[in-house]
Amino acid sequence: MALYSEKVMDHFRNPRNVGVIEDANGVGEVGNAKCGDIMKMYLKIEDEIIKDVKFETFGCGSAIASSSMATELIKGQPVSEAMKLTNKAVAEALDGLPDYKMHCSVLAEEAIRSALDDYNRRKGEG
Amino acid sequence: MQIYADNAATTRMSRTAIDAMLPYMEEIYGNPSSLYSIGQRAKEALEQARSDIAAVIGADPREITFTSGGSEADNQALLSAATLGKKQGKLHIVSSAFEHHAVLHALKRLESEGFEVTLLPVHENGIVDVREMEAALREDTCLVTIMTANNEIGTLQPVREIGAVCRAHGVPFHTDAVQAVGHLPIDVKADNIDLLSASAHKFHGPKGVGFLFARRGVRLTNLIEGGAQERGKRAGTENVSGIMAMAAALKEAAAGMAENAARMTALRDRLIAGLSEIPHSALNGDAVRRLPGNVNFCFEGIEGESLLLLLDDKGISASSGSACTSGSLDPSHVLLAIGRVHDVAHGSLRLSLGEDATEEEVDYIIRSVREIVEYLRGFSPVWRDLQSGKTPFIL
Repeated sequence: MALYSEKVMDHFRNPRNVGVIEDANGVGEVGNAKCGDIMKMYLKIEDEIIKDVKFETFGCGSAIASSSMATELIKGQPVSEAMKLTNKAVAEALDGLPDYKMHCSVLAEEAIRSALDDYNRRKGEG
Repeated sequence: MQIYADNAATTRMSRTAIDAMLPYMEEIYGNPSSLYSIGQRAKEALEQARSDIAAVIGADPREITFTSGGSEADNQALLSAATLGKKQGKLHIVSSAFEHHAVLHALKRLESEGFEVTLLPVHENGIVDVREMEAALREDTCLVTIMTANNEIGTLQPVREIGAVCRAHGVPFHTDAVQAVGHLPIDVKADNIDLLSASAHKFHGPKGVGFLFARRGVRLTNLIEGGAQERGKRAGTENVSGIMAMAAALKEAAAGMAENAARMTALRDRLIAGLSEIPHSALNGDAVRRLPGNVNFCFEGIEGESLLLLLDDKGISASSGSACTSGSLDPSHVLLAIGRVHDVAHGSLRLSLGEDATEEEVDYIIRSVREIVEYLRGFSPVWRDLQSGKTPFIL
């Protein structure tokens, strides 16, 4: 058996939504280099809908695949729906992750949440 | 192109080794402890293998005990020295911070049983300082165990000097030579080695077989109790076919050693030169005092596992000391021991070339690594922060 599912390998080899959104109105970064994983999410939200999402990730194959899948799951979704994203949903959409890699999906959930929190904070200030 | 560049993990069995093992599976399959002829023929072959192996490292055949591999040999060596130490009231062991886990974990167990362990620093170059080693010796030191060559960064330890100091102080010296046997000349007499561990699959022999050299007079303690095999020091019917293949592989390796080492050293240096051109990268361990086929680099801003997976897509098999490849949160203890910080240690790559490596392959590896590192840095938030000056470069 391979280390990762075909889905994980596909999202790792061809990550979706890679990059930066210059005029993002929600940005979140989680993890730290000491532990070997950092994810950064950029959101462009209009009328409470996630119009665009991009990510940058420093990490292993499953960290990159989890970031990619998480962006796919929330793209085009209302903010209220995106807030409900769970790490389980990310892992399931990837046809599962090895047990010791589940933290990668947790990190993806936290990165999305952090970017949404940033959006809500900015909105509150605006 | 398919390139196996993980020969420090294991090697492909040589044709000679495979051919050497088959007769002992199909024809001479008798138990060496049996008295009839196919048993006795197996016994004779086994003793021939023991002599052949002993000759390669300058030992006496009676000083060779066959084991299931390097880890067993390490464990038995440490337990034996500890048992002898305990009898004399000596409970102190000197080792290094970057030993193989077979040694480090065996030392942990001895610590829990009352032994005190001093782990010597291995410095930025990945080499133990003999003066520091001598200074660490105490009246109650019962063992010095320092590897011959490190399994991750390939650095060669001053084994001969360590052996001489140990001999002068009357302290037994064990060396885990798993990465060195079959690749570099070893002379247990000239090097004053009392105990040495080796593993067949690191020199094109089969997995699951190795040996422990124990100088005459160094009494071994059993890990496995049972029958009287191996002079009563290692019970269990001998892995005859595996041992025959190990002996054949080692003889072959010894015959081509000088030539192979010279050619591989040139290829290693070509690989090091090529990878050094990647910005913000660094070679791990001494550039010269290292195994002929070992190259180990850190690349800032990327993580090792993703690098390995993409190299695999390009047909290159390699390994990394990143946490994600070890299944723990910490990167390689070897890289941390030579002073690499976590952030950088996660981005490590070990390439260990085989004897059949070519210049063309080395150049392909250089191109592939360069391309992948650049690609991964392209969407690494760590690299972005380094480039924008938000965080300072380490390498």
